Amino acid sequence: MSSFVREMRGAYAFVERNVNLIKRYWGWEIVWLIYSLTNALAITYIGNGMSAISGQEIDTQYVVTYLLVGALIWQYLSVIFYAISEMIAWERWEGTIEYTFMAPVSRPTHLVGTTLFAIGYGIVRTLVILGIVVAFFRLNLAGANLIGAVLMLLAGSVSFVGLGIVAAVLPLLYPERGAQMTNAAAAILLLISGVYYPVETLPGWLQRIAAVSPATYVIQGMRACLLEGQATVRLLPTVFSLIGIGVAIIVIGLIIFGYVERYAKRMGRLKRSG
Amino acid sequence: MRTIALEVEGVRKVFVRKDRTTRRRGLRKTGKKEEVVALKDIGLKVDRGEVFGVLGPNGSGKSTLIRLVSTLLLPDSGKLSVFGHDVEQDAFAVKRMINRVSVDAAFFKKFSPIENLMYAARLYGMDPAEARSKMRSIMKRLGLKEETFNNPMEHMSRGMQQKVAVARGFLTSPILLLLDEPTTGLDPHSKRDVQAFVREIREKHDATVLLTTHDMDEADRLCDRIAIIDEGRIVALDTPEGLKGLVPSNNGDKQTIEDVFIALTGRGFEEAEAEEVTT
Repeated sequence: MSSFVREMRGAYAFVERNVNLIKRYWGWEIVWLIYSLTNALAITYIGNGMSAISGQEIDTQYVVTYLLVGALIWQYLSVIFYAISEMIAWERWEGTIEYTFMAPVSRPTHLVGTTLFAIGYGIVRTLVILGIVVAFFRLNLAGANLIGAVLMLLAGSVSFVGLGIVAAVLPLLYPERGAQMTNAAAAILLLISGVYYPVETLPGWLQRIAAVSPATYVIQGMRACLLEGQATVRLLPTVFSLIGIGVAIIVIGLIIFGYVERYAKRMGRLKRSG
Repeated sequence: MRTIALEVEGVRKVFVRKDRTTRRRGLRKTGKKEEVVALKDIGLKVDRGEVFGVLGPNGSGKSTLIRLVSTLLLPDSGKLSVFGHDVEQDAFAVKRMINRVSVDAAFFKKFSPIENLMYAARLYGMDPAEARSKMRSIMKRLGLKEETFNNPMEHMSRGMQQKVAVARGFLTSPILLLLDEPTTGLDPHSKRDVQAFVREIREKHDATVLLTTHDMDEADRLCDRIAIIDEGRIVALDTPEGLKGLVPSNNGDKQTIEDVFIALTGRGFEEAEAEEVTT
């Protein structure tokens, strides 16, 4: 059997495992979906109510679409981030981490499987939320560059895979609270990346941090495609930059992960109880 | 020609833990941390095809030794090799040759045995059809009923879960099987089933078994050789009969492995376990 087939079987193990987890914890999936949906709706209603809040005439339709794009893109990117960062946390919760780390499967293969699942799961969830949200708001995407938006989203996914790997080391380092720490990392990305507002509204020092967040460029690019119909060719420099940054973050993430895995083995932190 | 399945040379493992209020035997306090010496310069060789027992009370270092061989821990000093492959430097090759059954049957509890075993089979690159057929055959051999194969693990008894764990350990055809107290906490019937399976592995398959236990009868009945380990040190290593020969017969009764343990450590097995629990 070729090593490629063996590695692909290993990668598929993580896809199948995660699909089974969704099937077995379907109640939790519904709760999480309701949470994400109500969040997206609540944020978008802020746009709907802008004229009433300010007492001035505002292009509500534009604001609603602006916020909705941010909410949906963040929904997708955060699903990727959490699905990958939880690849260790799930194993800790279930107590299977030692068996997975003992198996002859390389960490890049582990990552490929988890990423394939994360992207598929993120797309399905985001489409479900989009399908429900359009029943509440009139979404005007006339003139939007949908191909460019998909390209931008896929390019942005690469960076979030890398960020997820970096965050996944937290449950390795901190068996009890590591998983919760990833929430703080996601919240910081949400704050600085201009998901619901232009980054220019942030204080100068936060804008400088926003400049290094890949999410900033994904969301700006998505808005340019969906709200302004920017041509794909004009997006390419950003797309290539995002892929380059994403690959760099993945490589750095794998190096960090390898180092932390070795540290965890040295300190005995793979044990279920920690 | 003698083939060494597992070689452990001068292995030492120390864990650093947060300081506790009560002082434990064998601990050295260093500021706010304390050091627990789990293994002190352990050395042993296990021959191919052998069932090698490591016998000791809770906390004596048995599971640490198994985790080191499993590539889940790194030694502070010393060297471990599996069929000549260094566990630290050549971990991937070692992982292909081993599998482990631990005292806690760790599974995705909402998954069925088939789903859990298929996950393991895919991680080891097995052909899914072959894996499905093999896992059914092993589980049946272990006395599990077919109608339980697709039920969630959380609905199964501890004994049944442990049998699925044994099936997972053997599914990938390891040439070195690490059994870390596989029968602890099992009812007598389940215990017999698992022990019979270990004997079958020795008789019918080309597998070496490293078995840790604190059940002295189990070690006596299953193992070709036994290392008695106490407080991280091997205090004796021989065949069961050889070990029993180390102590004189008491009033004409046959010597037991417990007699050997008492003679070598100066305390009974239960006493040693109680010390580990209370300290």
